Amino acid sequence: MIAIIDYGMGNIGSICNAFELLHQEIIIAPSPEALRKADAIVLPGVGAFAEGMNNLRTRGFLPILEEEIIIKKKPYLGICLGMQFLAERSHEHGLHQGLGWLPGEVQRIRPVDSTFKIPHMGWNEVSITPGSLLFQGLGTKETFYFVHSYAFVSSPHGASPGIATCWHGTEICAAVQKGNIFGVQFHPEKSQNNGLRVLRAFCEYAREHPGQPRK
Amino acid sequence: MLLKRIVASLIVKDGIVVQSIGFGNYLPVGNPAIAVEFLNEWGADEIIVLDIGESRTSRSPDMSLISALSKMSRVPLTVGGGIDSIKVMRGLIKGGADKIALNRVAIENPRIITEAAHIFGNQCVVVSIDVRRTKNRRYEVFTDSGTVASGKDPALLAKECASLGAGEILIRSIDKDGSKSGFDIDLVRSVAEAVNIPVIAAGGCGNPQHVFDVFQQGKADAVAIGNMLHFSEHSVNTIKAFLKSQVNVRLDTHATYEHCSFDMLGRVNKRPDAELEKLRFEYHPKEVI
Repeated sequence: MIAIIDYGMGNIGSICNAFELLHQEIIIAPSPEALRKADAIVLPGVGAFAEGMNNLRTRGFLPILEEEIIIKKKPYLGICLGMQFLAERSHEHGLHQGLGWLPGEVQRIRPVDSTFKIPHMGWNEVSITPGSLLFQGLGTKETFYFVHSYAFVSSPHGASPGIATCWHGTEICAAVQKGNIFGVQFHPEKSQNNGLRVLRAFCEYAREHPGQPRK
Repeated sequence: MLLKRIVASLIVKDGIVVQSIGFGNYLPVGNPAIAVEFLNEWGADEIIVLDIGESRTSRSPDMSLISALSKMSRVPLTVGGGIDSIKVMRGLIKGGADKIALNRVAIENPRIITEAAHIFGNQCVVVSIDVRRTKNRRYEVFTDSGTVASGKDPALLAKECASLGAGEILIRSIDKDGSKSGFDIDLVRSVAEAVNIPVIAAGGCGNPQHVFDVFQQGKADAVAIGNMLHFSEHSVNTIKAFLKSQVNVRLDTHATYEHCSFDMLGRVNKRPDAELEKLRFEYHPKEVI
């Protein structure tokens, strides 16, 4: 069963529809207790980083997320904002702390010139690291739908968790993976068949790597 | 790199998709749910639904219709039609809309652009500007389905709305609407050069060459095509196949039309009989994702 976190940041209807199309059992989690029953956790989100982290914090999600994902190693998929939260911090409208699960921070996209408009909005070609589990069944160059003004930038120290990139006047991190933790900057629920294939790959991973048994 | 977008534009009146001609005549086309299903199959990059029916409750598009359409849409869905309050926007977004198109309210109450951008994000706010050429050959913005003159210049209005927080501008030529004679390139370019946000061109598309022209000369980031898509199969994909060698577009289909040529209207030419004799079917088992 996949838990989709609802913390008041954007509409989760499309994500639910997409998983239902893939015949997955889903549960909507407006509060953290539901995460304990889940086999995998999805954190979508559209909007501002600070408000998102704040909503997660005030609804009590943070300690449960640590327990379920870092300790029990349940598969996690962060979408858009949900991927950005993985960073140590974000520079969007001030400096705000993230979950800190990946080394790096979220910065405003700074294209080389103004012909590249912000927000980065539309379909872009993503270059995928061969063998990435999240892109099973896809090639090494596929298009997905993006809409964002800030992006994850990997820390220069240590191995980068990036598994896919795209170009918009600057290189943009399109997807990350570290063990059971996955993130995509694009919207798989709005990326037609390619998006569904990514969600399917995540479901397959979740099936094969369920994390520690639930209580 | 970021691709140019072909957006399918559906005008809905009282629950039925209609073909719009000059904002005056509306001819019925069919069921919106079927239109959305097909447009998804045919590779539309986004879908816009504009509800212009009088039977809308209060000042809002038909919420239950939008909810049903969003369930079928695997690409972003923009919704417009008399939207003038945050409450209505919230309801539509909750119901599945990804972006909201604001038209008259952008002129009557521009602060709502900033408020909406703040609550839902800039990327959610599309300002839709309808334009007529006036007697002295200038452009003027009209509201209320092209009936009320606003006295405003479209490029200046677009610039104002962008600075207030709009994420995109949809610029539509009323004169060209339904004409199939091409977009108003000068109008589109004047708006594209006035703002730093994406511009979607609408009104007048009759063939793929028009799309190419408005991307190249009009500097549009996307096109919204309505009438033209309703009357031929695979229309989005054939437009993209035509454009593919010269414009970066997303073409994600087995039907690439690689060995085909196109006529002036952008329709696929019949291949020579000798070639057709040699053709065999290619079997593509239906992919179950």
